[in-house]
Amino acid sequence: MSWKAGAAAVAVALSAPATAGAQEATLLAGACQGCHGVSGAGSSGIPAIAGTMSREDFIAVMQEFRANRREATVMGRIARGYTDAEFNALAAHYAKQETRR
Amino acid sequence: MNATRRSLLAAAGLLALPAVARAQARPRLVVLGGGFGGASAARFARDRHPELDVTLIERSRRFTTCPYGNLVLAGRRRIEDITFGYDQLAARGVRVIHAEARAVDAEARAVRLADGTPVPYDRLVMSPGIDLRWGAIEGYDEAASARMPHGWVPWLQPITVLAEQIRAMPQGGVFVMAIPDNPFRCPPGPYERISMVADYFKRHNPRAKIIALDAKNGFSKQPLFQDAWAELYPGLVEWRGASNDGRVMRVDAAAMTVETEFRERIRGDVVNVIPPQSAARIALDAGLAADSGWCPVKPESFESARVPGIHVIGDATIAVPMPKSGFAASSQAKQAVAAAAAALSGRPAPEPVYFNTCYSHVGEEYGISIVGVFRAQGGRLIEVEGSGGISPRSAALPPNRRAEYRRLEAIYADGWYESITREMFGLA
Repeated sequence: MSWKAGAAAVAVALSAPATAGAQEATLLAGACQGCHGVSGAGSSGIPAIAGTMSREDFIAVMQEFRANRREATVMGRIARGYTDAEFNALAAHYAKQETRR
Repeated sequence: MNATRRSLLAAAGLLALPAVARAQARPRLVVLGGGFGGASAARFARDRHPELDVTLIERSRRFTTCPYGNLVLAGRRRIEDITFGYDQLAARGVRVIHAEARAVDAEARAVRLADGTPVPYDRLVMSPGIDLRWGAIEGYDEAASARMPHGWVPWLQPITVLAEQIRAMPQGGVFVMAIPDNPFRCPPGPYERISMVADYFKRHNPRAKIIALDAKNGFSKQPLFQDAWAELYPGLVEWRGASNDGRVMRVDAAAMTVETEFRERIRGDVVNVIPPQSAARIALDAGLAADSGWCPVKPESFESARVPGIHVIGDATIAVPMPKSGFAASSQAKQAVAAAAAALSGRPAPEPVYFNTCYSHVGEEYGISIVGVFRAQGGRLIEVEGSGGISPRSAALPPNRRAEYRRLEAIYADGWYESITREMFGLA
């Protein structure tokens, strides 16, 4: 997915009303928080994920983990459980402040 | 006046206040049990749902985690390192009641405390944990557990009881373990325990032996554990599965022996019995459990399949393929709270994605893991195909990467423990 397509998907996700079955980024992020901390600031030995990447970089990194193109211990196994739309939502949740609308 | 009595009076005082003084009108979410499920639920509810009035009922003022208890056995953590209080959750606005909950009255929508005080709720999230089935192994009752510790339910018996027996074991002694059939709390836990006890013996009692008697034929992360035992503790660990007469049927605590299905008696200098388990009594009494002793739930909300208005999370539930783990409980907790909040405002539950990672320490700078991503599909929980799974075996890793991979997973295990405990107890 190109950066523009990714950003468009994010915009759609963010503007979607809270209808039946709408996913919440805070719930999705529970998977991240267990290790990277409740705010995404990391912990001893585990990197920070909040405010460290642009949205497009966050999505690209997750896609590389999923495709086994980035060295990892658990992240490849984790990333293969999620969709691009979910990566987009997580990217919006964790991306650098200055890129947030 | 002791601390428990004081907290009960304080709680009763709060409840006795007139409705107007209690910021009423906010729907009351009550969380029963302050472990990985319950504390995570209370924290998430307080952070994400300011519209809810949040109460947490937990018997213990200080909570010792099951995770990392095995590192206390190894002498690599102190009990204080894995024990937490609830002050910071309270400071964040969770009303914390330290009292034993006696019963749940689903009709009246109230939890009844041991002194009879009712705690009314509009929605209840129960994370009651497990009870040990005393007598399921003949001769293994609470009295026997003093001589043959379980070390599986910290509020019943601190892990230090078993740790002290291990420290006092004669040189060259035998450590016997009885491991139950599925389902039970923390599927990789017994095998991490074997590893951490072996780690201790290797350093302090090198002629000691571990005999692990298992009521089943396979276990979580089995190839990784067995590879590590052969590599790190050659000759120290003997594991016997059910088809190799590993099932322990009865114990004799006075003689310090266990007896298998085919009547072999094995004596240990230290005997660790992890008995069969069920959902905690309060869940059984409330009619939440099936005949199996575990609680069926709706996969999209973890609302009880039997009693409406009550969500059950954590080890007490039937949530296969999710394991009975702390991380799984915290993942279920957030979805259950979101679903409860949605129900209270007449909205449907959000679409769930559940998650679990279980790390195990098997030696110094040697960690392994299992990951799972789960969704609700067709009224069942399913694991997302192609995702998750266990760490690669050493043979599948490039030789120059093996040690680094195990070392990183040990570091990440510690980071996980730090992050999740800081979150659930409101420390970050």
